[in-house]
Amino acid sequence: MAHYDFNMPVTEQQARALRVNDTVTLNGTLYGIRDATLIHMFDRGRTTRFDLKGHAVIHTAPNVKWMGETAAYPSGYAPICIGTTTSARMERFTRPLMEQYGARIVIGKGGLFAASQAAFKDLGGVYLAVIGGAAALETTWIEQIEDVDLDDLNPESLWKFRVKGFGPLLVAMDSHGGNLYTQVNQAARGKRAAALAALGVKSQNLT
Amino acid sequence: MKVDLKQVEEACKELYIRACKILPPDIKQGFARLDKSETDATGKAILATMIRNITVAEDTNNLLCQDTGIPIYNVTIGSGVEVDGFKLKQAIARGCERATREHPLRSSVVHPVTRKNEHTSCGRAVPVIHLDFTDQPETLSIEMIPKGSGSENNSWLKMAIPADGIDAVKTFVIDCVLDAGGKTCPPTIVGVGVGGTADLCVHLSKVAATRPLGSRCEDPEGARLEQELSAVVNQLGVGAQGLGGDSTSFAVHVETAATHITMNPVAVNMQCHSARRARATFTPRGLEYGF
Repeated sequence: MAHYDFNMPVTEQQARALRVNDTVTLNGTLYGIRDATLIHMFDRGRTTRFDLKGHAVIHTAPNVKWMGETAAYPSGYAPICIGTTTSARMERFTRPLMEQYGARIVIGKGGLFAASQAAFKDLGGVYLAVIGGAAALETTWIEQIEDVDLDDLNPESLWKFRVKGFGPLLVAMDSHGGNLYTQVNQAARGKRAAALAALGVKSQNLT
Repeated sequence: MKVDLKQVEEACKELYIRACKILPPDIKQGFARLDKSETDATGKAILATMIRNITVAEDTNNLLCQDTGIPIYNVTIGSGVEVDGFKLKQAIARGCERATREHPLRSSVVHPVTRKNEHTSCGRAVPVIHLDFTDQPETLSIEMIPKGSGSENNSWLKMAIPADGIDAVKTFVIDCVLDAGGKTCPPTIVGVGVGGTADLCVHLSKVAATRPLGSRCEDPEGARLEQELSAVVNQLGVGAQGLGGDSTSFAVHVETAATHITMNPVAVNMQCHSARRARATFTPRGLEYGF
């Protein structure tokens, strides 16, 4: 269980060095994406001018305030509250994000599934768990919204954040097949029978 | 008591913002209880971060969670309250929209087909407004709940059959908790509706999920069921954020309704750990905010 401080972007080698239960803190650039962003990028043929190569993307849609474009607010937006959404809905976009855009790290909550696990293994990537619902704290790790693309999808735009001390985040899925969510879920399912017995459930063959 | 609708609009704006920022005391106590009994190191660290977040939100006057949810307003009208119901609903929607524009809050509400976001947190039939009546004299109570999607996406209904009895209910709840895993942002309040029609059953599960911790189902059968289920869900080891440990849920809450001789419906609705609520109570003495 090692800790890593990353100045983004990272290399394939850096991503592959991570193992589940390691922790990571990010500095520099972090991209924010979610449902509509990904649907438009991969189902509706839109592209972004941002270079995601070696970068981390976080499943989010922030609360922002329009300030007008100034030196302090280069994107025109001030961050109000930036947190993390459930990753499960974005499962089928992990591979194209990595293959077509070179993203290396996905940050989210609740975990991803087999297709993402395979993409991490094939292409060299990881999933980092951030604590969902702890957005007030997460916002203190964000220095600035540097830029924004696909902003007609606001708040589901493609956001470019500058972060400092973003973490520690837990490596929950790695490129070696490690997946904390699967581990925990399998163990929990193993306790199902005992739980039902404790509740006095006798019927085995419910309709 | 005559209701001032301008004051209702202001209160409904304020309620949305307050609910997003201040966690009710019963939920804070729930965190303290889970933190005390958590035996898993990862679970303990996750709970510590969540508890720290509550303090950071209060210290920085910020939202607890970025998900401003689908706005729900539960209105309870006491006896002797004079109000135009239609105008009351309009005032609530105006307050909701103003909170979104003026704070500002992220509008998380889109048209279900076009997916267009009007940036008002409002749309067809949203905010969700529930109206109920009590014999409480000269009291108008409005409870606001920003229902986050991570937990709301984990909602289920099963039209079980009478032959499967209460076993069907218990099995369904356990399977829902296992299927939800970390997607619901645990620790959760597991809301269970038992009985009624299909729609009433789902509604009851939401009422159960958003009830204060420490409250009990008024039906003794429901109260017994929620006690049994509460004791067992935390033995599954799903844990905070689905990453293991003892803190899968703060509690299981059950609400019941009479049902048909042929029916045995059960619904589950989850409330994430950001179990936000705020309440405004209007009486002849004035307006009071609470939970």
